[in-house]
Amino acid sequence: MDKKQKNLNTLTNLMKGNIRQYGMFIALFVIMVIFNILTDGIFVSARNLTNLYLQTGYIAVLATGMVLVIIAGHIDLSVGSIAAFTGAIAAILQVKMGLPTIPTVLITLLVGALIGCWQGFWIAYRKVPAFIVTLASMLMFRGAVIAITRGQTIGPFSDSFNRMSVGYLPDIANFEGIHLLSLLVGVVGVVAYAIMEFNKREKRRGYGFEVLPIQFFIGKLILVSGLILAFILSMALYKGIPYTVIIVVLLIGLYTFITKKTPLGRHIYAIGGNLEAARLSGISARKTLFKVFVSMGTLAALSGMIYSARLNSAAPSAGNLFELDAIAASFIGGASASGGVGTVFGAIIGALVMASINNGMSLLNLDISYQYLIKGLVLLLAVWFDISTRNKNK
Amino acid sequence: MADFILEMKNITKEFPGVKALDAVDFKVKRGEILCLVGENGAGKSTLMKVLSGVHPHGTYTGDIVLNGEVQEFSNIKDSEKVGIAIIYQELALIPEMSVYENIFLGNEIKKGAVIDWNETILKAQGVLKKVNLDVNPDTLVKELGVGKQQLIEIAKQLAKDVKLLILDEPTAALNDDDSANLLEILKDLRNQGITCIMISHKLNEVMEVANEVTVLRDGQTVATMDRGEQEIDENEIVRLMVGRELTNRYPTRDVEIEDILMEVKNWNVYDSGGKKVIDDANFYVRRGEIIGMSGLMGAGRTELAMSIFGKSFGSKIEGDLILNEKRIELNSPKQSIEAGINYLTEDRKEKGLILIQDIKSNIALSSLQAITHRNVINDNEEIKNAEEYRTALQIKTPSVEQKVMNLSGGNQQKVVLSKCLLTSPDVLIVDEPTRGIDVGSKYEIYGIMNEYVSRGKSIIMISSELPEIIGMSDRVYVMFEGKLVAEIPKERMTQEEIMKYSIGQGEKANG
Repeated sequence: MDKKQKNLNTLTNLMKGNIRQYGMFIALFVIMVIFNILTDGIFVSARNLTNLYLQTGYIAVLATGMVLVIIAGHIDLSVGSIAAFTGAIAAILQVKMGLPTIPTVLITLLVGALIGCWQGFWIAYRKVPAFIVTLASMLMFRGAVIAITRGQTIGPFSDSFNRMSVGYLPDIANFEGIHLLSLLVGVVGVVAYAIMEFNKREKRRGYGFEVLPIQFFIGKLILVSGLILAFILSMALYKGIPYTVIIVVLLIGLYTFITKKTPLGRHIYAIGGNLEAARLSGISARKTLFKVFVSMGTLAALSGMIYSARLNSAAPSAGNLFELDAIAASFIGGASASGGVGTVFGAIIGALVMASINNGMSLLNLDISYQYLIKGLVLLLAVWFDISTRNKNK
Repeated sequence: MADFILEMKNITKEFPGVKALDAVDFKVKRGEILCLVGENGAGKSTLMKVLSGVHPHGTYTGDIVLNGEVQEFSNIKDSEKVGIAIIYQELALIPEMSVYENIFLGNEIKKGAVIDWNETILKAQGVLKKVNLDVNPDTLVKELGVGKQQLIEIAKQLAKDVKLLILDEPTAALNDDDSANLLEILKDLRNQGITCIMISHKLNEVMEVANEVTVLRDGQTVATMDRGEQEIDENEIVRLMVGRELTNRYPTRDVEIEDILMEVKNWNVYDSGGKKVIDDANFYVRRGEIIGMSGLMGAGRTELAMSIFGKSFGSKIEGDLILNEKRIELNSPKQSIEAGINYLTEDRKEKGLILIQDIKSNIALSSLQAITHRNVINDNEEIKNAEEYRTALQIKTPSVEQKVMNLSGGNQQKVVLSKCLLTSPDVLIVDEPTRGIDVGSKYEIYGIMNEYVSRGKSIIMISSELPEIIGMSDRVYVMFEGKLVAEIPKERMTQEEIMKYSIGQGEKANG
């Protein structure tokens, strides 16, 4: 086999191994291109893209927690109600009790974590199916939010609180309409990424393992760096990087680290992949599951705050159907309905797909009924795609 | 000429890599009880699955002749239509339904499109009388004991106008009284003209009811004995069941056996239904020793092993577990692995592997802490461990990043074994370590076991293959109905001796 042939094989293997991941990128790309054509280029304008990211934010936060729940083999139907409830708690703390932003945020996150403990207790330690427990919470917290807000919208929040959703990275110098600090952050990100990848490769070589041939390695670096820069540029050309995006990116980093690099992450995949085998391998399934729901509760609180900050108020009807967007985002992002499979990054892409459909159809002034129709179809097709590719592997 | 209700001629059934049935001839006379006996894996269940259409026509070769006509069943419905019914060990009743609903489930009596419940109850009473069961048909099945449930299962088949009733170890889950009752019912049914095939491991039961005994061994019929023509001798049956030469080879080991490493005393285990599954087990294992746990299916070997392994079986456990001269209490598999006792499951797909994950993740699963520093897993160490076991155990795969579901059975088994070995337990309990894998892989796994005990560790091997037990063990414990009924030293180890105790014969012996 000559070198050219070998390189070609490496390339096809790379493609084959990740076809499902590429699948959702392709889906996102196709959706963006279609909307861009239909809207005469408005969709891919910097202003709209920034708007799109902001619309994705609170769903992306929920999807990050949800994908872990789904990987562990469960589901959470209560996140919309919990987001509304915690959003209202934050509003009461700030508006009624006059607490500053940082204590408000911390207390609200704590409330979310406690709700997660409550759900985790019933699911992990009392063996009540997650579907039932979270359905119960969905109703209970919807009731609770109406009770504590007395059916009224509470607002406004302080400016510092609102910045979570509508604030942008401050500018150091504006150079011909380009937000310079944001661009700088992007460049630092690219360099950090390149150094990390390079270290990883060197470590593998140190162990004497096979590594990607250098030309592919560099190709991959250039491709990913290009995507990062394009993403940053799409914000730098408007008002710069919103704080929401920074929160989401940090969350992706943290949760990707947890799922890929820590024992807790492995345990989550293991209990979802084969509960009995995980248990007999010495994994405490209950503790793991409990932590997953605590994380979900905390993120629901964060999502609730981002959403409230975006509206500058907490409404009793907030968070309606958020759970379905988060669940759909996880599945579109490659999570498996039978557990054990999924990635945080995939779920974020899934959230972006859902938000793009919302955003694009709003730009086209299409009726809300079409949005539900299309979102439902996309979810159905995504899961069908997952199931059909998995059967082929068997 | 005898009147045969059933003749199976020259039946051969192959699974990938294994010939389960090899030109079996099998005949049953009308109106008799025939007992089918043989070791685990002899082909009894496979033969019955061919007969009942579970393995459809075309997946085996040979002919099934019922009442003189050749039958080609493509599913269970077809065989039921001509009056063949099979009752498995695991009962197929719906606990939340009443007795009469269960009896006519899938066979509902209808008037037009609706079920005629009055007629159903009336007929249910009729078939219940046939099995001599005095219960109200309204009773929910879950309120009845296993013995009565077994009879309801039979009644359900009688309601379908069965001609040939097959029972797979019907008394395995029953106590002595219920077993005796069931055997009486079978004799009654025989008097009513129903032919029975009973698979059983319990020779005293076989002796009680059988008109004929057919012995299967390694997928072949080795003998059929007819009560009407000859005296049937239990010892002869035992000899026929196991009578094969030790053809497999076992690597020899020269390991010094040292002091006692683990001891189990007065061990009692109850299942979730409160039934005593393990009855006062006492045994020990020494450093450098491989001990065998023999016994037939359902004797309680897996339950014993899992109850020791962090109470992963049993709802109530009593007794002492002593490791390295210290009494220990293990409440979860996690604690057990940390204490140095690990268990290789008999069911690698359901309980051993995460099939959708790759080899390296599966191997690392029980030992993540060892490759984790400051809460971060070192991926490269993980690959290195996996590569070491891949070489040592000769796992055949292009890469340790291959998904486990793509491996052959033997290689999957080596992955589970690697996972257990990587935790380097002092005591490794292996449950059917070579089930369903090819001869070459078996030999390699024996070699690994020998090497492991040479490091001063102990292995407890549960196996249903007598040659394997004899070839590998320094001592053998035999289990029968939840009790350790014998301890047999190397020099007295013969297949006949072990089998004798496995089927509940012989006095309690201590070696």
